[in-house]
Amino acid sequence: MSIKIKALGVTKIFPTRNGPVLAIQNFNLEVKEGEFVCIVGPSGCGKSTFLRILSGLIEPTSGEINLGSGQKGGPLQNIVFQEYAIFPWKTVIDNVAFGLQMRGLPRRERQEIASDWLRKVGLVKFAHSYPHQLSGGMKQRVSMARAFANDPEILLMDEPLGALDAQTRVVLQGELIRLWEASRKTVVYVTHSIEEAVWLGDRVVLMTAHPGTNKIEFDVPFPRPRSFALTTATEFGQLTYSIWQELQGEVQQAMEQQG
Amino acid sequence: MRKRYWLLKIDTKDRLLSIGFPLLLLLLWEMAVALKWLDARFFPAPSHVAIALWNLIAKGELLGPLWLLPKKVRTGDWVAALKVMQEGHLWVSLFRIFTGFLLGAVPGILLGVVMGMNRTIRVALDPVVSAIYVLPKIAILPLVMLIFGIGEMSKVVIVGIASFFLVLINTTVGVRDIEPIFFEAGRNYGANRLQMLYHVILPGALPIIFAGLRLSLGTALIVIIAAEFVAAKYGLGYLIWFSWQTLLTENMFAGLVVVMILGILFTSGLQTIERWLMPWQRDERLPPHDASDTG
Repeated sequence: MSIKIKALGVTKIFPTRNGPVLAIQNFNLEVKEGEFVCIVGPSGCGKSTFLRILSGLIEPTSGEINLGSGQKGGPLQNIVFQEYAIFPWKTVIDNVAFGLQMRGLPRRERQEIASDWLRKVGLVKFAHSYPHQLSGGMKQRVSMARAFANDPEILLMDEPLGALDAQTRVVLQGELIRLWEASRKTVVYVTHSIEEAVWLGDRVVLMTAHPGTNKIEFDVPFPRPRSFALTTATEFGQLTYSIWQELQGEVQQAMEQQG
Repeated sequence: MRKRYWLLKIDTKDRLLSIGFPLLLLLLWEMAVALKWLDARFFPAPSHVAIALWNLIAKGELLGPLWLLPKKVRTGDWVAALKVMQEGHLWVSLFRIFTGFLLGAVPGILLGVVMGMNRTIRVALDPVVSAIYVLPKIAILPLVMLIFGIGEMSKVVIVGIASFFLVLINTTVGVRDIEPIFFEAGRNYGANRLQMLYHVILPGALPIIFAGLRLSLGTALIVIIAAEFVAAKYGLGYLIWFSWQTLLTENMFAGLVVVMILGILFTSGLQTIERWLMPWQRDERLPPHDASDTG
């Protein structure tokens, strides 16, 4: 398979009041087409920053980013954001259709595509509701549908389920797997949950504490389609445990930095 | 009767209370004048004020000689029809308020968006805006009259200036207050500058822009009344001032009542527009119970 994302020696320095802060240092990542890669790291390690660099929202201070395009004329990448970044002033269906609208698709066509995606995430009934009328889980479904409906080559997910309660989170993880396994898009998924990374991903990339750089990588060999039952398997536990052993020290260091 | 009142729904009870209590106050006022506790020369009874208000309308002072209007309209003489309106204090004031308000608010929103989005322009303009903003607008009426003459123009301009700065400052704050993540989402999904303005910036800032519009409409009312006190031959402010000078206190109170009604209409009118423009803000209100409520 071809290489879809190539990030080489990415470094980002933020100017702040207290002088420049090194957020990411010499971070490398390669993602194959159709691969689901999870980036895990302690909080403040710069994983969200890296995602924004991939998306072009932030310029790296140095390093190279290469997103290979399949040249099908659609959008290259879209982000599913960490917080509820759906627009409170737009109805659910208009939120899902937002990317399509920006690309100039006629109203009927984009409404059709958006309704289709609302059906897939089970929100048809709420098409004309406003976000404040939805629960947290429903809002994040809208956020996911917005990204999928725009049909980008690459999906960048910035802890999309981080703000949800544990039960809602499991349900949405299941839905995300289902949606992804049907589309097999290239995904870079940032999270601080090891279980989530192992359950969802083909590969888990660990980042060090601030300033973030490559720590180690794990292949996740479990076959697809995956279900929640996987999380009870012995191999699942073994893998999450060995990842935790690597991550532990970094988390401690991150806590010391912040304290 | 008492028992039946307590059985009413809380909404109905609130409504009865909010109408009933002011009525009670008016009744007390009326009695106080009748019993000569209040000097009718300074505080005419509400009934007298109502009669004065009716007379102002009937004599064509408040609304102009409206009875001349049908004929002018029939003959298509619009200039004469406009003249009829120009003799009504209410229309004259309304015209000044709304023209000034529009001339101030629209540029205020536009420049506010620019100041909210562009750091250089914001930093450069902020001290100037703040300095002019704190100036009581009525204080620059002489200057405005010096520039725009003593006619209609200077009143419209003074209202415009007052509205402009209020709307400008609120719009700037409103734009600055938008969560950065909405800008990121807009950019990530490919919004160009115009799309960003229409889909992210304006709706995001709209609640605070409206707070500014509400303030500036209130200020417009204050400013125009004050300006008409000193520099006009028509308008509600002139009516109030002239009635005071000639000791026609009933007319003065009638003028105050009209201004009050205007204030209420402005507020509820803006609320209606707000609800229509921002359907996403229409939240389901909790029933009017709260812990501090002692009944």
